Amino acid sequence: MSDKKKDDISQEIEEKQPKGIGRRSFLKGSATAAFGLAASGLASGLGFPGIVRADKGKGPIKIGVLHSLSGTMAISEVSLRDVVLMAVEEINAKGGVLGRKLEPVVVDPASNWDLFAEKAKELLLKEKVAVTFGCWTSVSRKSVLPVYEKNNGLLFYPVQYEGEECSRNVFYTGAAVNQQAVPAVEYLMSKDGGEYKKFYLLGTDYVYPRTTNKILRAMLLAKGVPEKNIKEEYTPFHHQDYQTIVQKVKAFSRGGGACVISTINGDSNVPFYKEFANQGLTSGDVPIMAFSVAEDELRGMDTSALVGHLAAWNYYQSVKTPQNKKFVANFKAYCEKNKLPGGKDRVTDDPIEAAYFGVYLWKQAVEKAKTTDVDAVRKAAYGQEFLAPGGKVKLDERNHHTHKPVLIGEILKNGQFDVIWKSKGLVKPEPWSEYTSPDKGCDWVDHQGTFKKA
Amino acid sequence: MNLQQKTRLSRAEALLSLCLIFSSVFFGPCLSWAQSETPESITESILRLADEDRDVVETTVFALGESGDPAVLPILEALRERSLYLWFNQEEVRTVVIGRELINRGDVSGYLVQEPYGGAAMKNEKGAPLFLPEDQLESIRLSRRLRIKISPMLDRLRLFSPDAATRESAATKVGLSGDPEALPMLSKALNQEKNRWVRFSLTEAIGLIRLTDEDPAVRKQAAETLGNIHAMDSIPTLEARILTTDDSDPEETDIAVKDAIQEAIQKISAWQVWTRTVETIFSGISLSSILLLVALGLAITFGLMGVINMAHGELMMLGAYTTYIMQEFFVAYLPENVRNFYFVFSIPLAFGVAALFGLLLEKSIIRKLYGRPLETLLATWGISLILQQGVRQVFGAANVDVASPDWLTGGIRLAVGIQLPYNRLFIILLSVVSVVSVYLLVLRSPIGLKIRAVTQNREMSACMGIITERVDAWTFALGAGLAGMAGAALTLIGNVGPDLGQNYIVDSFLVVVTGGVGKLAGTVGAAFGIGGLNKLFEPGFGAIYAKVAILLLVILFLQKRPSGLFPAKGRHIDV
Repeated sequence: MSDKKKDDISQEIEEKQPKGIGRRSFLKGSATAAFGLAASGLASGLGFPGIVRADKGKGPIKIGVLHSLSGTMAISEVSLRDVVLMAVEEINAKGGVLGRKLEPVVVDPASNWDLFAEKAKELLLKEKVAVTFGCWTSVSRKSVLPVYEKNNGLLFYPVQYEGEECSRNVFYTGAAVNQQAVPAVEYLMSKDGGEYKKFYLLGTDYVYPRTTNKILRAMLLAKGVPEKNIKEEYTPFHHQDYQTIVQKVKAFSRGGGACVISTINGDSNVPFYKEFANQGLTSGDVPIMAFSVAEDELRGMDTSALVGHLAAWNYYQSVKTPQNKKFVANFKAYCEKNKLPGGKDRVTDDPIEAAYFGVYLWKQAVEKAKTTDVDAVRKAAYGQEFLAPGGKVKLDERNHHTHKPVLIGEILKNGQFDVIWKSKGLVKPEPWSEYTSPDKGCDWVDHQGTFKKA
Repeated sequence: MNLQQKTRLSRAEALLSLCLIFSSVFFGPCLSWAQSETPESITESILRLADEDRDVVETTVFALGESGDPAVLPILEALRERSLYLWFNQEEVRTVVIGRELINRGDVSGYLVQEPYGGAAMKNEKGAPLFLPEDQLESIRLSRRLRIKISPMLDRLRLFSPDAATRESAATKVGLSGDPEALPMLSKALNQEKNRWVRFSLTEAIGLIRLTDEDPAVRKQAAETLGNIHAMDSIPTLEARILTTDDSDPEETDIAVKDAIQEAIQKISAWQVWTRTVETIFSGISLSSILLLVALGLAITFGLMGVINMAHGELMMLGAYTTYIMQEFFVAYLPENVRNFYFVFSIPLAFGVAALFGLLLEKSIIRKLYGRPLETLLATWGISLILQQGVRQVFGAANVDVASPDWLTGGIRLAVGIQLPYNRLFIILLSVVSVVSVYLLVLRSPIGLKIRAVTQNREMSACMGIITERVDAWTFALGAGLAGMAGAALTLIGNVGPDLGQNYIVDSFLVVVTGGVGKLAGTVGAAFGIGGLNKLFEPGFGAIYAKVAILLLVILFLQKRPSGLFPAKGRHIDV
């Protein structure tokens, strides 16, 4: 009976938070609610421990893992669940966080965007997790965003994305557009990259490629590339027949100096690269720079057609740091020990690394805040640094994104990348691109999220 | 500082010669490379690449690049790729080696090294490939500036590479660079070139460079040559020559040459239109053949038998995974030279596996659902989900890697700008063979007669002594087998993963429904109609709107003719 009451009350708390409420009034609201709750607890004569996501208990801290384990996105997201659980195991082996063990709650949103929101609600309201690590596609993130904002949850999002978002309740450990796509194209335009002059922007038709290409187009135009040297084209999800498009690329590349910027997603990549090679185009003449092809995807591909093409990420398995060597070995050992498909042949890649260090950044923030309370952790997280497998990373002091290095890699026959270019130091994340939204900024310290620059 | 360099260098040289002497006496470890035929001057130059003085390195790189000796190509390539290493062995002898791919031997990671001059694999004293641990090697790195300068040198040397594709690509690049100094090398290359396509690229390159010659007659002739050989890569350069901009007159001033250029552009453009037409027709046929192949099995299970077979795509997936297993089997147990033929065996095997599965499916579930098409839809949909998740359990959620055999990669070049990929030609051939076989089997054989009899009137057939259960089972197995075979063929162009079937199921139904349920000719016609129109629309509409347009057309068409292209006449199938 008391449980039922608790649920009622927590719902009440939710309802007490109107949309767009400021942090301060929110705190006040929840404090009153908590007070009321405690009072009602006393009144009913039941000293039940802890209320909504309270962290006073001695029991384990529950954390949510929200990745698709079935359906189309399982191919990419399963690895993220694996690495998050590995990080949790590592942390627990060293005594947990604040002396408490972490208890992961794994749910399967099954590549279904509505189910993402439902499962997120379940994690926040039923399981009362202190933090969630999850999502891959932008649409899944957009689907859970209102849930986290309404219930003041905390989500660590580990995948590179299109930017133009600045949520109080999300930490973005993947790259913003200025940390991946923009430097990659700048590299192709540079002397070292081959001074390419014509750009074929090719993507799958959804929000990430469209937004990224919008920014890239604005940037190319700003850098003086004429309109006729930029071509933009989209294909549906799961597109298999790339004959016509490759023919167009061929015609476009006549006269040299052309490259392809690919935001093609998932299973369309193999047909595309195969057709590309079979029609006689080579990486030497027309290189493809991809933003969605990483080691984990290459694992299931016949790489012969991809060798020599390029990718841009913030981490590769081949990065040579001592901590990465250990990380890769640990991940393989973890997969083998737990009899996960692939076992010791598993590989690490950029989103896997970002998911992994996300857990540690959160741990450090909790330890600094000495509580798992979302608002305290959020503030403690600003400026946190961590020696990630790929090198040092840092959460920005204001905008909830991560400072990361940018690496250009060339695809090798064995499905790994040879790093051919590296940014000087860490690149500061810009959720709002200077090319498309020069007047907007993201700041949770001096502003309330997205603000208009003076 | 320079003096110091020299002394170090001479010490290295001394050590090297010492090594030479020793090796000839003891057959020591340095024997193998010391005996190769590297000219002494080159050996010295190679060592100088590791010099600390940047100027020495730069002069050496240029000297190597201008030597015109194709055997120095591996050195320069390795320098550019940063895979050239200095090796200090136990005797402190400095040797330059190429190490391309980092491999692990036990706990030691290192390289199987190559000779810099000529790029041959180095051998140890036992004749096995020489493996050098990473920590004995020191990478020789060039400044970025120098690495960039190497590129044009590499292209010129690549004109003499043993690989035709490399020569061709190099010729195009040298031509587009427009560097007159490259002319003698291009002419030399053209003189000794046998390959038709490399000759073409070389001719084009020479033409492009001669466009800037001082003599108008040479320029005119160059433009004419480019036009006559349909050199499509030269259009931007040709156009730039006669382009008038706001602040400058065209670079080409001679009227006769201008006319020649105009004419050349026209000729090439006309050729481009022609090649585009051929390409569009070919891709239309290719897409149609794929649609036909994937829909053929469904034309039997759905078209003839009336089973709304949602597991059709998963039967294809089974075929694709059979191909994967075959490939793994060949790689694991058979010698390398027959590996490439795994594909030949996997097509009939994929047919067999899927047919067997179809047989079991029919006997266990579908048998009980004849005449209730909606229930077959639900049941087979359930089966498709079970199959997908089952494959995920066994092979993992990730796609698996099926490598196309070598003899099906690349393509045949018909003319300038037209290349037809082998994998697509193979699928066209396979679909033709399949359709003809199915036609003969269903419409021209005694078994086919029974199949048609049972699907048209079950009771009457039973009365006539046909064992209808057996015919049903075999017919369904045939449809399933064809799906499996299509799956095997699709590994040539796409992914192999648990979702493979989902990508094709809608297309398959689209083809069968448009063609007219139960009609083979309808399926063929619909496949070609849909595939052809799709490719006709795509260049203009883009991939997405082409698909939308096709769906709209199909809907309109089915409004007009609800039973498809060739409606089945008389009594219907699932009575």
